Order: sequence, then C-alpha cells, then structure tokens
Amino acid sequence: MMNIVRVVFFASFKERLNCGSLSVTLEDNATIAGLCGELASKDGVWKEIFHKPSQAVKVAHNQQIASLETVLADGDEVAFFPPVTGG
Amino acid sequence: MTNMNQKSSPLLSPNYTIAICSEPLDLAALNGRIQKGVGEHGASVIFTGSVRASDEEKGLVAMTLEHYPGMTESTLQSIIEQAITRWGLVNVVVNHRVGRLTAGEPIVFVGASALHRLAAFEGAQYIMDYLKNKATFWKKEHYIVYGKETSHWVAEKKSDEQSLSRWSE
Repeated sequence: MMNIVRVVFFASFKERLNCGSLSVTLEDNATIAGLCGELASKDGVWKEIFHKPSQAVKVAHNQQIASLETVLADGDEVAFFPPVTGG
Repeated sequence: MTNMNQKSSPLLSPNYTIAICSEPLDLAALNGRIQKGVGEHGASVIFTGSVRASDEEKGLVAMTLEHYPGMTESTLQSIIEQAITRWGLVNVVVNHRVGRLTAGEPIVFVGASALHRLAAFEGAQYIMDYLKNKATFWKKEHYIVYGKETSHWVAEKKSDEQSLSRWSE
C-alpha cells in the first residue's frame, strides 16, 4: 500500500527550496528519515538540506515536534523548518 | 526552583487568550484585558518585545515574521496551560505579530496575573522563555546598507535555549 503525505516548509527552507508544500507518495511504514531520503534525491538544495539532515533541520509530524524515526501514515502532515526565532 | 504552587479559588477560574495577528498590537487594550479583575488577583506582569529602534543605526529598515498556522497556536496553548498549572495564573494574554514590522513596533505581548507577584513574574517569564524556544515563528531582518536592500533570516541564539534550564524542576 502507498501513503500520500503532505510536506510543508517554512522560513529559509521555503525560500531556498522555492517551495511551500508538496505531496509525496511513500511506501507503507515509511519513516520521516525515508521521506528525507526521497526529498534528498531531488538534488541541489534539496540534497543539501535533506541528505543526512543536521540538527538545524527541525521536523514536525501532524504539528507536533517529531524525530526521524516517526512512522508515517496516509494523510499525515510533515513540516521541515529551521530553529525558531520568534518573540 | 521556587514553585508557588498556588491553586486558584473557584471564583478565580483561570482563562487565557492567544492571538497571532498581522495588525499592529494595541498595547493599551491588551494591558486593559490583564488589568480587568486584577484587584482580585493582586498581581500582574506584562512584557512587550519590540523591533529594536537602535538597530536602525545598523541599517535595519524592517522585519518580517512568519509562522506555522495551527502548530503555533497549539504550542502556545500547551505552554500557557503548563504555566497556569505551575503558578496558578488567573489570567494570561499572549499576542504575537506576523507580517512586516518596522523599527519600534511591538512584536509580542505577554501578560499574566496571579495572586502574588512572584507567581506573576515567574509565570510570564516562563511563557516568554518557552515561546522563544518552542513557538513556530521565524524572523527575517531587512537592511539597507550602502543604499542596497539586503535581508537575512535571524539565527537562533544559544542564550535562548539556555534560558529554559532554569525551569527544570
């Protein structure tokens, strides 16, 4: 079975990738790490950010801070963003 | 760590409001909401954070704030609920600007009222420390240097992260 997840990007990531959101089709039981591998295969800036993502790549799963080991299900939302700087 | 651990009486059931807005913050009106009923609560603390006008000397002309709609609100909600539980805050108001701001404009307002001043001070500071570290906002600064406009995303500050350690129980 395949799952479709919505991926969103914020701040400098959105700008560098020139992309606010996209849909990615993943195999069943794929993790966020697997999703990063998929995104990194796009090359260029995508590879820079998502190939072995550094500590500076924060990730949220369904709007909760998550780890790369999180398993994804159909319809999930995954967000990637740099460290927050509000206030 | 001091924990006042005050439970509010049934007459003082805690309430809070959160707003993310693209319009300028009306500080007087926000303060008014905190002061309402403060005679009963006893103590209130308000904090405002603004775009530093002193940075204009370095050429800062504006700042743009972006956020993650939905996640920002739920993160702030959980921070505020933890502060209410820990310090028995009675009333909390948190407003945060997004969009383009110019020097001197308020970015954030945090107000907290409680039965005693220590709870109000600490509760407000806790909310602000966690907001800075956890709430999904990002700042971009716009400069004019030698007549050319440049902009860059603000980097995280280590001191902000360290500020959380004071709240570990």
